[in-house]
This record gives sequence, structure tokens and C-alpha cells, in this order.
Amino acid sequence: MSESPEEISGPRRVIGTPSPTPKAVDVIDEPKEPAFSAEPTMVDHAKNAERVVAALFILAFLAGCGFIAAYVGLEVGQSTIPKGANAVVAAFRSNLALGSCLSIALLALGIGSMIWVRHLTPNIEIEEQRHDMNSAPADRAAFQRSFAEGAAISQITKRPLIRRTMLLATLPLALAPLVLLRDLGPLPQTSLRTTVWRKGLRAVTLGGLRPLTPADLTVAGSMITVIPEGYQDDQDALAKAGVILISFEPGQLNVPTRVVGGVTVSTQNWTLDNTIVAYSKICTHVGCPVALYEQTTHHILCPCHQSTFDASAGASVIFGPAPRPLPQLPLMVDTDGYIAAASDFTQPVGPSFWERG
Amino acid sequence: MSDDAVKIPAPVSGVGGWLDDRFHGAKGVRVLMHKVFPDHWSFMLGEIALWSFVILLLTGTYLALFFVPSMSDVVYNGSYTKLDGITMSQAYQSTLNISFDVRGGLLIRQIHHWAADLFMVAIMAHMLRVFFTGAYRKPREINWLIGIVLFTMGMIEGLFGYSLPDDQLSGAGLRITEGVLQGVPIVGTYASYFLFGGAFPGDSIIPRMYILHVFLIPGLILGLITAHLFIMFHQKHTQMPAFGNTEKNVVGQPFFPYFLLKGQAWFFFIFGALVVLATFAEINPIWLYGPYTPLAISSASQPDFYMGILEGSLRMMPAWEINFLGHTLSLSVLIPAAVPLGIIFTGAGLWPFFEQWATGDKSFHNINDRPRNAPVRTGVGVAAVLFYGVLWAEGANDVLANAFDVPLYTITWISRFAVFILPIGGYYITKRICLGLQRKDAGLLTHGVEIGIIHQLPNGEFVEEERPLTEEERALVDSKHVYKALPTPVEADENGIPAPAARGPLGWARAYANQAFTETVEPTNGHGNGHGPNGHEAIEGGEHAAIGAGDDDSHEEH
Amino acid sequence: MSSIISRRRHPAAGYAAIAAGLVAVGAGYAALAGGGASAASPAQDTTQTSQGHSLFVQSCASCHGLDAQGTSVAPSLIGAGAAAVDFQMSTGRMPAKELGAENERKPSDFTPAEIYDIAGYISSLGGGPAIPAASQVSTAGANTALGQVLFSTNCAQCHGFAGAGGALTYGKNAPSLNAATPTQIYEAMLTGPEAMPAFTDGTVTPAEKKDIIGYIIATRNEANPGGFSLGRTGTVTEGLLAWLGGLGFLVLIAMWLTAKRRDPVVHAGEDQL
Repeated sequence: MSESPEEISGPRRVIGTPSPTPKAVDVIDEPKEPAFSAEPTMVDHAKNAERVVAALFILAFLAGCGFIAAYVGLEVGQSTIPKGANAVVAAFRSNLALGSCLSIALLALGIGSMIWVRHLTPNIEIEEQRHDMNSAPADRAAFQRSFAEGAAISQITKRPLIRRTMLLATLPLALAPLVLLRDLGPLPQTSLRTTVWRKGLRAVTLGGLRPLTPADLTVAGSMITVIPEGYQDDQDALAKAGVILISFEPGQLNVPTRVVGGVTVSTQNWTLDNTIVAYSKICTHVGCPVALYEQTTHHILCPCHQSTFDASAGASVIFGPAPRPLPQLPLMVDTDGYIAAASDFTQPVGPSFWERG
Repeated sequence: MSDDAVKIPAPVSGVGGWLDDRFHGAKGVRVLMHKVFPDHWSFMLGEIALWSFVILLLTGTYLALFFVPSMSDVVYNGSYTKLDGITMSQAYQSTLNISFDVRGGLLIRQIHHWAADLFMVAIMAHMLRVFFTGAYRKPREINWLIGIVLFTMGMIEGLFGYSLPDDQLSGAGLRITEGVLQGVPIVGTYASYFLFGGAFPGDSIIPRMYILHVFLIPGLILGLITAHLFIMFHQKHTQMPAFGNTEKNVVGQPFFPYFLLKGQAWFFFIFGALVVLATFAEINPIWLYGPYTPLAISSASQPDFYMGILEGSLRMMPAWEINFLGHTLSLSVLIPAAVPLGIIFTGAGLWPFFEQWATGDKSFHNINDRPRNAPVRTGVGVAAVLFYGVLWAEGANDVLANAFDVPLYTITWISRFAVFILPIGGYYITKRICLGLQRKDAGLLTHGVEIGIIHQLPNGEFVEEERPLTEEERALVDSKHVYKALPTPVEADENGIPAPAARGPLGWARAYANQAFTETVEPTNGHGNGHGPNGHEAIEGGEHAAIGAGDDDSHEEH
Repeated sequence: MSSIISRRRHPAAGYAAIAAGLVAVGAGYAALAGGGASAASPAQDTTQTSQGHSLFVQSCASCHGLDAQGTSVAPSLIGAGAAAVDFQMSTGRMPAKELGAENERKPSDFTPAEIYDIAGYISSLGGGPAIPAASQVSTAGANTALGQVLFSTNCAQCHGFAGAGGALTYGKNAPSLNAATPTQIYEAMLTGPEAMPAFTDGTVTPAEKKDIIGYIIATRNEANPGGFSLGRTGTVTEGLLAWLGGLGFLVLIAMWLTAKRRDPVVHAGEDQL
């Protein structure tokens, strides 16, 4: 080690060379009188440090008391704050007071502990020997011998019938936990292929639950989210049945042909007067509601992963990871003049799945 | 020298004696008290994760006393009057309750969430430190693998945790999870229906995530952390190259009392930092998001940052889908879900073994590497960081587009190319920088350190005086571990047969990797004549394939 | 007077003279310039319509045509309605500074009275949505719960969950709602300016619009109980703060904690402790 002029003189032990046989623990001799001091070397400095640390710990104490006082003194919640007071402001005040006190207490303890260890202790450094991680060959051999002997005693090596039948016995038990998971949920069967929409089911606005007439959407560039009437509380149904209605200027909407059951059909009579069209609101990528509609570009943008669909061209994909256009819901006007579905979607809505076809 | 230092207080001898009578602990605990923990700031990053986890357990227990993990609907009529009359799940309502009706509830909730973020930040920073210093090498490979598993479990735990309140933002994330799961070939629809108990959203997912989040996964994490720490304890921590540090020792301050006090200080600082964040920086304001409904979504919908790489992968991917024989394989969903994280975790997990294979280095390593002394490793690490970073940034592309007025699609197009170009370019640039730094170190060893006194020679040339390195400086600069070159396929013994390990395409691959790893800059061993350009050129470079295994110190010069 | 003249060579005399001149000009301008905004509602009387017409010809006709019939660079305003005019002009989007670019909110060059006149003129050409009455945009009695449902379904995907704004395609942005007045919000919903879709009174009734406005205003004015809101944009800013603030601060502390100490090192043997 390097000589340092200010080093404290005194008897110093030479750390021995590692012994040939690794020991688990160093043999400790009778401790001689220590050749160093447990006191820090710069004594005045340490006295100052002690005062600082004590002051910080006292600050932490006060802050801790402040925390308790703030808890007791600051109420939150409608039932306990004064009438007419704002619950959000009450929560803000309580959070600020409790948090400030706790922060000060913790940071004061941290700074105090840091100054304590850095300025109140002597700067002692020791050297510890690493032991070879690998055991001595003799130990390894002994282990292997014991292991082999034990295996031989258990007879498992000599009696393959027992070995194999034991394995056989544990197989179904190992599978049992997996088998028990079967009733976690129903089988999907065909439920992913259909939604609750059917002929004559009215579309109502989400929130207001009002049915709409075509006159409500005469202003070109209108858009509104609709749901099937009666299903407003059924989240599972809504997760597939949400639909956006968009209205266009006459002549701007170019409906595509789609293949339904192997037959190519025009979807012109799926719209209302070739000005109002309905698309599924469930993105064909991974199922977010695709809701951003830009009326100037006729683009429907999904905010999750930026799949973009052209609403004037059958919601075909223009950009982004969505693999298929948004399914179109065939529309009709029912006998009372309200917008309703003419049938269910002709293809599964939402994200792709293996059996989709 | 005072006697106070060695006076034994009565409690130690009393209680200590009582315990020792039963557990025989005196010798073992004394060894523990002497355990040396080397001191370097970068060694404390893992502890940030450790203490953050402890804080997560404490705050999480408190939250669990108030949270109701149920998706049953209730009509809200509570303190957050803006939402009075809305139908919401009990999970959401109980979270509003914690935030607005429980004193300290909002603070504890925010500490919990900030601690989760800091936990993942610390894991990543710690992982990078271990990687760039080569601390995963023998005998610490298992600990490295445990760390990767902890990383994965931390991500899943965080995903479940922030999804529990059933708010609009996290619910959208669950929808995406379901959509990805649904797209998995053959088993996807079944897995989705089993996980959610039927169609999405169902009413099972939150209670199921709850038991995983508060019991199963924290238990696994706790077990793995214990194993991680025990292994580190048993093998002793690595140390930085310095004078007096060898492969066979550990130099530093003893555990008792230094590390206890430092650990105490560190715990208070971490806890304090988290409380400061929880007091002054709002996180996860679920009351602004509203309860989850499947037909509403916000712009700037991102998961917590550690899931950002998956989000970015999904945004970056073009629309690729294969339809055949009545089946659909949605690559635009499956590739982002599996490939980027798969590359990173598999690559990270295999890296210690790949490095051993490519360098043939089977020795113990207890001294860390300086990153410059391992150019290939550092280069690959930088490439991985850039790969991860591009995908992560793409996950925030709409926030970036809005904040910096850049068109949305432009950002996506740029990242589609950057995800390939930046890692490759980053590798090469980093490797060259490392070799340049090695050249500088070689110069230091040869010439010494310039001390700022300049002389002008009679012929007009300026030279700067140099002093030789001190022992401390030399220990640091000279700490490079030089890998031996492995035999290549073209080498053969006297009968024309190449070495077994060097045969076949695997042998060629190994030789190529070995060549990259052994590229290094050698010091000139103090020969003063090695100043001219020729002298250095002959020593640098790594095309030493013709030189077999052996002491690389004795090179031919010029 | 003589006290001023005797100080004419004082070092500060020049500055005093300039200050006096500025005050005089300012006072004169304030006295001569038009009075404050008069909250007159747009009447259809012929005086206002003809005033509106002349303002229109001055400021709008160069793009929209002398009879507001539209040109190649700007759409027809016949049937656009007073609400659209009020929205576009009161937010300063119109007159547009640049053609083709997305128009952003900026201070308006027109007084509210002038805007009402132009709106009255446009309304007289072909009808269209009217400027909402004060009762329609008042937040008193708004059902903010229903407003939250409607906002999150129809508005949040562009404007953000708290109205902080968001990105659209091709460089467009849905703006932040923090600067919009209740009237402007109503008018925007009704007329669907630029890329925004139109929410007619049929799809979103006036009562529902009121609820949405109530929700937006309540959210805007609401305190952030957890501390600074970091822009109310969600998790991106949170992650940034965790790395820079959280890890950054702690790394600095770690460097402090492990820094070399000033007092000399004492080497001790293991068995000396």
C-alpha cells in the first residue's frame, strides 16, 4: 500500500497471503490493542458536524410533528370539510402540508445521516480477501461421492420401474393446475363474429340516449358516436357495438364494394341517401375507439397507434398498423323516421384473430 | 486511542448472549459486520430499486386497506362532485375515495406510483451500469439473469398496478392488451376469453389482476430480490479498477457501522425524493381521466414509461396481415408485441454466454472493466440503448408532434428507419470512440501526463513537459483486460487439421466475433522511439489472427 | 415654470422630457381611440348589416369574394352563420394570415362590435347557426357528470382528457381549450371549424352542449390536488420527471455520499475491528 505522510503510526498487521486451503471464515486471533482510534481525525470539524447533524435531526423531529399536526388539522372529503368548501382544494392543501412535512423530515434524516457517516466517523478502510468461488477439488469429489452414494442408497438408479412409474404418477398431477384453469372463462365460439346490432335496432346517442333522424345530420361534416338502443349499461356489448355516424356533402362519399359471404355487393344502400354513413368505432388494429374525425380531409384517426382511415372511401386504411378498413354498419330509416341498423355488421368488428378468415 | 471504542455495552452482551446460546451466531455475524462494500456512486443504483420496492410494499399495503377490487357498477355520489351521478366501477370509486376522502390517501397513492416509476428507472440504470462495466461476467451470470427476470416482472407488476383503478387511460391499455392477446395464433381468442372471463371488458379482470398485483408477483419479486442480494453478498461485490484493488481482494469500509449508516442515509434520501415528487408533481390524476368506458379515448394516451417500448413498436409497425385458409395472422400486432422486447431480453440474457464464447474467457472477474476497454460490449450496449430509445420515443409520437409542431406521420417514418440505422451507426461510432480513448490511455502509459509547461526548442518546435503517472493513475489506466485471440478456422496443426472449436460455420462465426473482441490498442511498453506514425500503426489494429494464443504484451514492433 | 426651466440642463432633463412626451401621446391616444367593448348582441337591423358589409368588403372579401360566394382560396360563407363568423374572428383565426395552413388562435384585430356586425351581415346572406345566447353558454346548473361522458366520448380524442390539445394528421393540431370562452366552445361545437367535425343541435342538444361547457370550465378551473400538473398531458411528462428529477437527483446524492473524504484514510486489518 502507498505510504501517506499523515498516516497514523503504530503496529500494523501485514495482511497474510491467502492460505492454500480456502477457509470459510478467517481465523481471528486474540484482538490486540487496536492501533487506530475510533474517533475521527479532525476533532473540531467533527464537533461542528455533530451540531449540524443534531440540528437536522431536530428539524426532522419538528417536521414529523408537523406531519401529525397537519393530518389532524386539515380535513378532506365532503363529509368533513366545511359546507360549500371545495373538496379538491381541501385535498390539495392536505397533500401539500402532509407531503412537505414528510419530505423535510425524511430529507433532514438523510442529510443528517450522511453528514454523520462522512464527518463523524474515522476514515477507516479495510481489505478483505476474496475466497475462490470454486470449492477445493477434494471437497467437490467428496460432494459428488456423497451424492452418488445417496442416490444409490435410494435405489432410484437401480430400479427403473420405480423411477418411471413415479414420473408417470406425477404427470397428471402436474397437469392438474392447468386443467383447473379451464373455467376461467367461456369458450369464444362465435361470439367474436357478431355484435348486438340487428335489423331495426335504433341508434341512440351515447350519453343523451336519444334516437337520431337523418335531419339531425344534414350539416356536412357532422359526426356523432351512437350505440344500440337499450344497451347503454352493457359494457361488453358496447365494446364491440359502438358506431360513428358521419355525414358528407352529396357526391363526396364514394362507397366501395365489399365482399359479403363470397358475393361482391355495393354498399351504397348501406348509407342513408349516400350522405350519412356508419362505421364501427372499434379500431381493427387492437381495439381502441377510433374517434378523431377530421372533416376537411375525411380522415378518421385512431389516437392509440395512429391508424388512419378514409371515411369517404369505405374507411380504407391510409396509414398506420391497422390491417383492414373499419367495418361498415348497414343503415336504414325505421317507420318512425329514426336511424336504425339494417342488419348486423357483415364481418367481425375489432382486432384480428386467428379464426377470423 | 481511547478505551471507549472497545467498551462492550451491556445490551449487546446480554441480548447477544441470549441469541448466541440459541443460534451460534457470533463468528458468522462478525464476518458479516466486517464485510467490505466497495464504494462507488454507480454501485448504489441497484439499492434505489431495492428501497423503492420496500416503499412500494409499505404504501401498497396501506392502499390495499381502502381499495375495492371490484368491477360492479355504482353511481358516484362523493366528494369529487364534478362526477356526481356517473356510473363507475367500485374500483374507480374506491380510488376516488382514497384520493379525496382519506387524509394522506392521495399522498400515499402518489408515493406508490412514483416509487413504481423510480423502481423501473433504477432497474434500467443499474442494468446498464452492470452491463457497461462487465459485472455480469463469471461468477455473476446467474445474478444477471435474475435481474432480467426482475425487470420483466417489474413491468408486468406496474402494468397491473396502474390498471387497477379502472380509469379511462389504463382501461385503454387493457383493451390494447386484449387486442394483442386476441391476435395470437391458435390460442389467442381462448387466452383472451380466459383472462377476461369472457368478452372484453367483462367483470373479472380487475379482481384477477389484484391478486396477482398484491400477492403473487410481489412475492416472486421479493424472493428473487432476496436471492439476488444473497448471491451478491456471498460472491462479494465487484470493485472498480484502482490502486490496491486486485482480483483477490475487496477494499473499502466495513459494513458495520459504515454501510449501515450509508444505507440508512440512502433510504431516507430515496424515500424523501419520492415524497417530494408525490407532494409537488401530480401523477396519474384518475379523476381527470374519468371511469373507463370502451367507447371513449383521449389523445396522448400512453402507458407508463416502462411500457413505452411496446407502445412505440405498435405505432411504428406498418399494416401487415396474412390471410390464408380461413385464418388471419396479424403481423402488425404480433411482431411489435414479441420482437423488440424479445430481442432485448433474449440478447441481454444470452450476452454473458456469448461474450464467453467469443472471447474464450473463462476466468473469474471481480474487477470491473472501464467501458472503453471493452469496445464491442460498449458498442453493443449503446446500440441496444438506441434501439430501445427509438421505440420508446415513438411511443410518445403524438405528444412530440404536438409539442414540437412536427407532423405526426413524419415522426413515425423517421423512427421506422432510425430503429435500424441508429443502432448500427451507434455501434460503430461507439466502438471507434472506445478505441480512441484506449489510444489516449496508451499514450499516457508511454509518455505520461502533460503538466502544462511548454518549452520552445531552438528549431521552433513546441514541446510540453510530461510527468510519469502516479501509482493510482497507472493502476486505473493499465487495468485493461486483453483478450486472447482464439484459433481461427484457417489455422491448422502440422497435419493440416483445424482446431475442433474452429470448425464449421459456428467456428467461422466464433472467429469473426473473436476478431472483433480482440481489436485493441496496445501501449508501446515505454519505448521512447515509438513516436512516429509508423511505430504506432504497426501496434494498433486487431488483425492479429495470425498470432495465436499467447502473451499479447510481447508484440513485434515496427 | 421657472423651476422647470432652471433645471433644463439637469442630467435627467432629457429623460424627463421623453417620459412626459410618452405620457402625453398615450393619454391622447386613449382619449381619441374607440371606447371599450360594447356587448351588443348582433341585431339584424340594416345599419349594422351595412356596417358589417363594409367591414366584410374591407377585410374578408379578398379571399371570400365580394358577395361571400367563395373563391379558389376560401370557401363560401353563405349559410355559414353568425356563430361561425363570431368564433373564427373572436379567436383571431380569421382573417387568416396564411392560406392553406391551419389557423391558430391569436389576438383579434377586431372589436366585438365589429365582429357582430360582420356576423350579422353573413347571417343575412343565407342564415346558418346563430350566436348562442348567454343563457345557453352559462355554466350554472350544468350537469358536469353528463358533460364528462359526452366530452370523453366526443371531444377528448382530439383535445385531450383535460382539454390540453393534441396532434392531428399532416401537422395540424387540435388546440388547447384553456383559452376558449364558453361562447367560443359552443360555437365551435355547433359549426365545426376547420378540421373539427360539426356537432349539430340534433346530435348534441343545446342542453348537452351546456353540460359539456360546464365540464370543460370546471376542469379548467379545478386545482391540481397532487401538485404541479405537468401539463395535464399524461404519462410522458411523468416518465421524463422520474428519470431527470428522480434519478438525476439521486445520482447527485450518490456521488456526494461516496465522494472521497478530506480526512486521511486509516488502513486497518480485519481483525483489528
